[in-house]
Amino acid sequence: MNENKPTDHSASKVMKLLLGDEALALGAINAGLSGAYAYPGTPSTEILEFVQADPTARERGLHSHWSSNEKTAVEEALGMSFCGKRSMVSMKHVGLNVAADAFVNSAMTGANGGMLVISADDPSMHSSQNEQDSRFYARFAMTPCLEPSSQQEAYDMAAYGFGLSERLRIPVMVRLVTRLSHSRAQVATENIAAPENDLTYPANPRQWVLMPGNSRVRYRELIADQAKMEEESANSPFNRLTGGENSSLGIIASGIAYNYVMECFPEGCPFPVLKISQYPLPKRLISELFAKIDRVLIAEEGQPVIEEMLRGLLDTPSRPILGKLDGYLPRTGELTPDSVMEALVKAMPSLKTDIEEKVDNAIASMREELKELVVARPPALCQGCGHRDVYAALNAALENYSNPKVFGDIGCYTLGWLSPFNAIDTCLDMGASITMAKGAADAGQHPSVAIIGDSTFTHSGMTGLLDAINEDTPMTVIISDNLTTGMTGGQDSQGTGKLEQICLGLGADPSHVNTIDSLPKTFEEMKALFLKEFDHKGLSVIVARRECIQTARRHAKKG
Amino acid sequence: MKCDIILAGVGGQGILSIATILGAAALRDNLHLKQAEVHGMSQRGGDVMSCLRLSSSPIASDLIPTGKADLIVALEPMEALRHIGWLSPQGRVVTSTVPFVNIPNYPDREKILGLLSRLPNVTAFDMEEVAKAKATLRASNMVLLGAAAPYIDLSPEKIEAGIETIFSPKGEKMVQTNIAAFRAGREIALSLQ
Repeated sequence: MNENKPTDHSASKVMKLLLGDEALALGAINAGLSGAYAYPGTPSTEILEFVQADPTARERGLHSHWSSNEKTAVEEALGMSFCGKRSMVSMKHVGLNVAADAFVNSAMTGANGGMLVISADDPSMHSSQNEQDSRFYARFAMTPCLEPSSQQEAYDMAAYGFGLSERLRIPVMVRLVTRLSHSRAQVATENIAAPENDLTYPANPRQWVLMPGNSRVRYRELIADQAKMEEESANSPFNRLTGGENSSLGIIASGIAYNYVMECFPEGCPFPVLKISQYPLPKRLISELFAKIDRVLIAEEGQPVIEEMLRGLLDTPSRPILGKLDGYLPRTGELTPDSVMEALVKAMPSLKTDIEEKVDNAIASMREELKELVVARPPALCQGCGHRDVYAALNAALENYSNPKVFGDIGCYTLGWLSPFNAIDTCLDMGASITMAKGAADAGQHPSVAIIGDSTFTHSGMTGLLDAINEDTPMTVIISDNLTTGMTGGQDSQGTGKLEQICLGLGADPSHVNTIDSLPKTFEEMKALFLKEFDHKGLSVIVARRECIQTARRHAKKG
Repeated sequence: MKCDIILAGVGGQGILSIATILGAAALRDNLHLKQAEVHGMSQRGGDVMSCLRLSSSPIASDLIPTGKADLIVALEPMEALRHIGWLSPQGRVVTSTVPFVNIPNYPDREKILGLLSRLPNVTAFDMEEVAKAKATLRASNMVLLGAAAPYIDLSPEKIEAGIETIFSPKGEKMVQTNIAAFRAGREIALSLQ
């Protein structure tokens, strides 16, 4: 089997309209996947949702339950790989921070069955708190990384990635970005799914026990394997150096940035282009490009990973480099066909064609009025959402304190920062409401309130709560329980039905673990309960419960 | 054939269903298609925009370059204006005139409609009213799809087949209601030409 051959999209294939997320999921199922693991997070959620709904996956009984968080998900997928089966784990970029311990060390244990670690980045922060670039993690852990530029490549890279993972015996990262994850296109797919791997154990069992003696041996191997990984990249069907007669400029375009470059040249690009969709960077192909051209423009979605590597610390590359670090392309936000076109025109003024013309006079004359008449429409909590009632009662309860502080968390209820509630003071990462409220209470803050959703609580709140319980920290934790993972569209929440038991099991004082319905009619009751617990000189947990209005509607329809 | 469409509206209005139906129709026609949409945070009553690109030749970018869209299709007049920078000089705006007011500072409706009317190619009418008269209020998005149909190079039969594909799991009555809304929208758009 030669996995380096470009995939054959012949007539035996079935054309399907798929999101980038779905294409990757289907590619994995068709390549003999045995289990998928994930915690929901935009823009990665649709990967596991696709596996859950896929007929082949259901028929085969492939694992597709949601995990408690990204770290447990990576470890579960690695356990499956240990047994020789093909597994994948998917998350959003910041989820990889949570899973970093498991991911980085999985490069040390290596993989047995093929394992894909899918991390979906969110440049422009459509639904995230930062723009971190997962490719740094692949480089840090020294694993290969695939970066599809199209839905078809996302599909093809699943089988290819499993093969690569099994050849190199290491997990392979697949880096997606929002505009691929959430963009649909036709994809040529196989009709039949390949069989799953048999249960087989690692040929190198020592490597899976990362005690220092074993790790030292393995680390040397991992470093030695970098050359093999680079050779795979140089021969990858997804990395391509294409001609172009004009050598005054070369272009390196990675992932979907390649599409924006091609959009600028409908008749074909006159400059040599090196398309990068597999890492580590193939030095050989880059040298070949550099030998041909005078200057190089680097277009990459996310942070300037390739650009920084090629510039080096002293910024003395053998050819002048243009990119995000010198302002040719914007340093923040996602790329667009426009920003790439502007960079190309700045680099090659002769390309300036119809840029002025395309601004319509009628529209140009409206600019001032448009500024006045088009106002922001920020997202808001749904009408009928229980978080609204929690915030209304919380604000009322805090009214008479001079400096109350409310530590928020990640989920729909982060919208409580916006008008009309303006109810939270911080939002950092999953679970930080409880631990930051604890630190604040330790500093003398009163009242110190944490507000966290049910799914975020079981993701990363429980360990922090244990800290607060052990010290009986004077603070109030409100778990606003909507019985689902709401922001990402209503996936199962791991703590549903057992939040109080979890808190009690961790050792919370039963007389200060209270449950209340979050409804307009319980406003006074909620307010009174909040006030009572603010007065308690120790830890209180209040579970405020009401089903998410979105999932409630869905359940009502199913009736 | 090439048709670049910006679909705009407010989260929950049914903009993405329009994209799904046109996608199903385009797939039947063996056209190339790319459709970038927004999920997650923006869907909670915020503004939603989707780029839908149809072409007989391969499409490079998932996003439409500004100034290149052939059509802006909006269920809300301010949302139509929000994306006006994408419209090509020959492009057309098809929009409902009914504001969706979920913010305290929604601008003056007459001023918005006045600005829209200064564009050279506009199809604008009250799509909620048409939906209520010919189908149900919830089918306003299908009235909009019908109003945009004369400007999209896909046959109405193919689009109706797309509607059938999407709504058939919800029953034949749903299919007929939505097709009725689609036809009503198309008729009005043709009569306004």
